[in-house]
Amino acid sequence: MEYAVAMKGITKSFGGIQALKHVDLELRQGEIMGIVGDNGAGKSTLMKVLSGAYQADEGEIYIFGKQAQIHNPLDSFKLGISMIYQDLALFNNLDVANNIFVGRELVWGPLGMTLNKKGMYKRAEELIKDLRVDIKSPKLNVARMSGGQRQMVACARAIAFQSKIMILDEPTAALGVTEANKLLGLIKNLKNLGLSILLITQRIPDILAIADRVFVLKGGVRQQILNVKDATLDDVVTLIVKGKDSNIEIADDIKYQSFG
Amino acid sequence: MKYKPSLIMNLSGYIEIIFRKYTPLLILLVTIVIFSFIAPNFLTLGNFRLMLRQMSFVTISATGLMFVMVGGGIDLSVGSQIILTNIVLSLMISSTYGYGIDPLIAIPVCLVLGTFLGMTNGVLSNILKVHPLIITLGTAFIYKGIGYIIAGGRNIDGLPDSFRVYGQGYVGLIPVPIIIMVFVVIIGAYFLHNTNFGSRVYAMGGNQEAARLVGINIKQKKVVVFAICGFASGITAVVLLSRVFNGQVTTGAGIEFDALTAALLGGVSFAGGEGTIFGLITGVMIIAVLNNGMQLFGLPDFYQNIIKGALLLAAVGYDQYQKNRRSKETVTRVAA
Repeated sequence: MEYAVAMKGITKSFGGIQALKHVDLELRQGEIMGIVGDNGAGKSTLMKVLSGAYQADEGEIYIFGKQAQIHNPLDSFKLGISMIYQDLALFNNLDVANNIFVGRELVWGPLGMTLNKKGMYKRAEELIKDLRVDIKSPKLNVARMSGGQRQMVACARAIAFQSKIMILDEPTAALGVTEANKLLGLIKNLKNLGLSILLITQRIPDILAIADRVFVLKGGVRQQILNVKDATLDDVVTLIVKGKDSNIEIADDIKYQSFG
Repeated sequence: MKYKPSLIMNLSGYIEIIFRKYTPLLILLVTIVIFSFIAPNFLTLGNFRLMLRQMSFVTISATGLMFVMVGGGIDLSVGSQIILTNIVLSLMISSTYGYGIDPLIAIPVCLVLGTFLGMTNGVLSNILKVHPLIITLGTAFIYKGIGYIIAGGRNIDGLPDSFRVYGQGYVGLIPVPIIIMVFVVIIGAYFLHNTNFGSRVYAMGGNQEAARLVGINIKQKKVVVFAICGFASGITAVVLLSRVFNGQVTTGAGIEFDALTAALLGGVSFAGGEGTIFGLITGVMIIAVLNNGMQLFGLPDFYQNIIKGALLLAAVGYDQYQKNRRSKETVTRVAA
């Protein structure tokens, strides 16, 4: 089977701390895979390796069956990968359209550097309509937007460039219930559009609601991949806390806290 | 019940937006009105032409400096870059003290030198990973020192008459420095506001880490914006030397102070990512009116310095106030 993403033996250290230890990950085409683990498990580090923000010390990455060399975020983008960061990585000094197109502006003219502002605003407006987002105009400054609206702008940026693989890092962390549900609906829609999605979150019920499989990391080591339809909340939490090999008993209060 | 702002609140909101947007223009108008009453000969056509010519030097430098500031940096070595390129150029073209080289050959060399000096600031900023404020403070002393050594305490005269045109010439009724200024401003505005390069410089100034994550080459952009600033310093050196027509180590000294104050007054943020060329021009005009008005009013130099220093602090304070306010608004909205 040709995977959208296959990461093999990924190792990454920061000084003396080994954040990832020979991690393998396989993302099927058109699926949503949840990435879970406790704080410091290595979830964001693994995804940042895929997005080019970090470079792995060891390991190989295959995108749609072809070995890929990802040295920086631009390499990752060229392979059709978009990452939406936990802190959103938006530009508060720019409007919606400029946030969507920054770094990949629509240009025209003989030198290929004059901005096609009309085209960018038109496309941004179309994206806002497609996403059914409550943003009145692409000329609005993102600094004046709510957390949910900002998250949608970040999603629109990924969609604008027809990414094939999308990574979302804690997308619902700062959102209220209504906005979080809207976003989860949007992620499902993106899957229906054919995108393969990796979703990092601490909210396990979110994953059980929309993901196909869930990938569990603990202490930088891959534990297991579970099929969501066969897994329960307890199974996931047990793996996060105990890992696959440990015989440690989980105290009831830890179980309870994990569900937030 | 849904919250609905009252008419008065709406109105005050609009007034605030208009006030924020047009504050520099308002300050300019107020300054002009005040000096029209208190400074003799201020409100004459001849004086305004003189002011325009005086402001052309600062405008050219400030346009270059704006690229650095929008990108989130600062260049305090602009004046020293002008001193060094000015001395090198005068030595190249002077038939008395220098080599008597044709200005048409020497000017491009001077522009390359200016670009190189600016570029050095960018490269050092990348290598040392220290705020450009410190880097350019250091290079300012180095560039100025080299200028003094090369000049050897002389005033370099013996410049060819053909060189007068850039600082003293006219096209019709319009002085050449003003034409050069307009040309620089148009090119600057095009690159900053209408190209993908400019868009990325704004992004870099707004959020450097986010810019890196969308694939913008931060190190390269830093070097380029400093190089543009150096290139603008080179142009200023040519125009100023042609105007003064004598290679002196004092020419251009401290111009960065006026350029910086003008940029801040015009809405270019000290923290980067904000500002327009239109705002910058307004800021330069405020400085030009102030310099000229205070001179005509007969205010001693010391008082002028105090007023300009206070103005710089006020501009920085206002910039910071706006920034804090916007940050608070953003936090409130995101949390809402």
